[in-house]
Amino acid sequence: MGNQKSFNDIASGLIFIGIGIAFGYAASGYQIGTALRMGPGYFPLVLAGLMCILGIAIVVKGMARDAQPSEFGIVPWRGMVLLLGAIAFFGFTIRGLGLVPSLFVALLMASLASRRNTLASALVLATSITALCVAIFIYGLSVPIALFGPWLPL
Amino acid sequence: MELLANLGIGFSAALDPTNLLYCFVGVLLGTLVGVLPGIGPTATIAMLLPITFSFEPVTALIMLAGIYYGAQYGGSTTAILINLPGESSSAVTAIDGYEMAKQGRAGPALATAALGSFFAGTVATLILAVAAPPLARAALNFGAPEYFSLIVLGLLASIALAHGSVLKALAMIVLGLLLGMVGQDIYTGTPRFTFGFFELYSGINFVSVAVGVFGVAEILRNLEHETTRDVLVKKVENLWLTKDDFKRIIAPVLRGTALGSVLGILPGGGHVLSSFASYSFEKRISKHPETFGKGAIEGVAGPESANNAGAQTSFIPMLTLGIPAHPVMALMIGAFIIQGITPGPNVINDEPILFWGIIVSMWVGNLMLVLLNLPLIGLWVKLLTIPYKVLFPAIIAFACIGCYSINLNVFDVYAIVVFGFIGYLLVKLGCEPAPLLLGFVLGPLLEEHLRRAMIISRGDPMIFVERPISAVLLAFAVAAVVVAVLPSVRRKREEVFVEDD
Repeated sequence: MGNQKSFNDIASGLIFIGIGIAFGYAASGYQIGTALRMGPGYFPLVLAGLMCILGIAIVVKGMARDAQPSEFGIVPWRGMVLLLGAIAFFGFTIRGLGLVPSLFVALLMASLASRRNTLASALVLATSITALCVAIFIYGLSVPIALFGPWLPL
Repeated sequence: MELLANLGIGFSAALDPTNLLYCFVGVLLGTLVGVLPGIGPTATIAMLLPITFSFEPVTALIMLAGIYYGAQYGGSTTAILINLPGESSSAVTAIDGYEMAKQGRAGPALATAALGSFFAGTVATLILAVAAPPLARAALNFGAPEYFSLIVLGLLASIALAHGSVLKALAMIVLGLLLGMVGQDIYTGTPRFTFGFFELYSGINFVSVAVGVFGVAEILRNLEHETTRDVLVKKVENLWLTKDDFKRIIAPVLRGTALGSVLGILPGGGHVLSSFASYSFEKRISKHPETFGKGAIEGVAGPESANNAGAQTSFIPMLTLGIPAHPVMALMIGAFIIQGITPGPNVINDEPILFWGIIVSMWVGNLMLVLLNLPLIGLWVKLLTIPYKVLFPAIIAFACIGCYSINLNVFDVYAIVVFGFIGYLLVKLGCEPAPLLLGFVLGPLLEEHLRRAMIISRGDPMIFVERPISAVLLAFAVAAVVVAVLPSVRRKREEVFVEDD
């Protein structure tokens, strides 16, 4: 394994440092106060500092010679885009389109995130799960969501 | 006799027809989800949490608790039948349980798991009923410094159980704490890290965080390698144990129950640890250690009892102190808060019906599990044949509607996307999501108690070591980290969690 550096350690360490700096920068804009009377910025600033220290430690460990080699592995890009896109679409359209169209399209996208679903099976899935959700949430639990929203000329 | 009176209150609450019905619905849903591989109890409870909002607090919490231990139970069914643990604590059960199934002894393996779990659940529920009141009384004397130290202990102990790097687990805790800071400051009302979004003033919705980090991230993991599952056992017959089997499981069940009850109280998911501990213990003291891994019934009985006992006793810190032992308990705390109840030592006195009702319902629920699941095993086997490509869109639909319906706020839905992505990225980089969620839930509490303690001590941090209880708690917290970094323990942890991956 020799001099191999751990990509996972270095990458996650850098992410943690970045997050620490971002939070620290934002927190420094709030009133800090003293240890006796802590302002809204005090504790977040301490945490952000801690986050940076931990991030640096993880990077250093990843650079060390005995770091365990690790792989990031494959990423299901198509699945990720479709799946996250489906949730975002639902959020974006739930008020305007209403539950039925919004959920149907979101489910169609989500189903296609799996390479094992065809367009036909995705259509079947989207239809049946939408029906199931309407039965459970609207009729069963009386969740106050419109079935069809104001964007539709109904 | 106070105990009997208390249990009486509990029974009248738990046996109320509505509560009984939702206890049933809870264990049924829990088993269903536990059986389906690829979705854990944390994501499920997060998804189903919104459903319970319209219920009475007692009913809601009874149902959520039912989902939790139902999922424990369902997970072992999957572990035995297809060697795919539905959740981490049944990973050990898969080792010998699946071997037994291959030898045509799936029936006895399932029966052992059911009986062991029921026995352990009964004992652990009693322990809970006996231990909770004095602990809650003691906790009433806790001031801000003690609470601060207790939360620190809870957070640091959780890393001892996260597999992989201790440093990364620590970083995930801090990240969770930082995310918990988002929203209005409790003392001054200053909005923090809200980027001007009014929707973030009340903080990030914790259901979104849980669904994103545990649910969506897990689905993305599964989409990496889509495989078809093979269900080995199409039909389970002969569910009863022989006399010989019975004799062999008694001692492991007793030992597993004892181990699980103790370890379950530990913060950080003691029930997972306890099933691993029980397995290696049984293997060590067995006269035939070579049979382990080849279908030893003891290897099912011990861990299953330990895991269920631990699942029940992990309610103790939550119910008496308001401190979650693991992410599922963090969600339960969220449920308490949404119902307008502050979890902590006051619950037992202020809400005796709720408190004792939950405890007794756990026993009732365990009884239901035994009565239900053995006859229904055929149904669960059928469920196992549902392909993942059908399941995960349904999970997404439930998650979206569930999160949106809490506040009818689309921001909560977008938060799932963000946390799903972050969660997936960090899991890929070898970071565990559980410490993040614990930190997120405990962050605001930690800050509040820290600020209060500092006001009490006039800004002197020595207060945490000068107060004896606080000092002891902090010493434990330090010990937890030291133990986790010790090389010998590290190796053991890696060994233990190898099966878990």
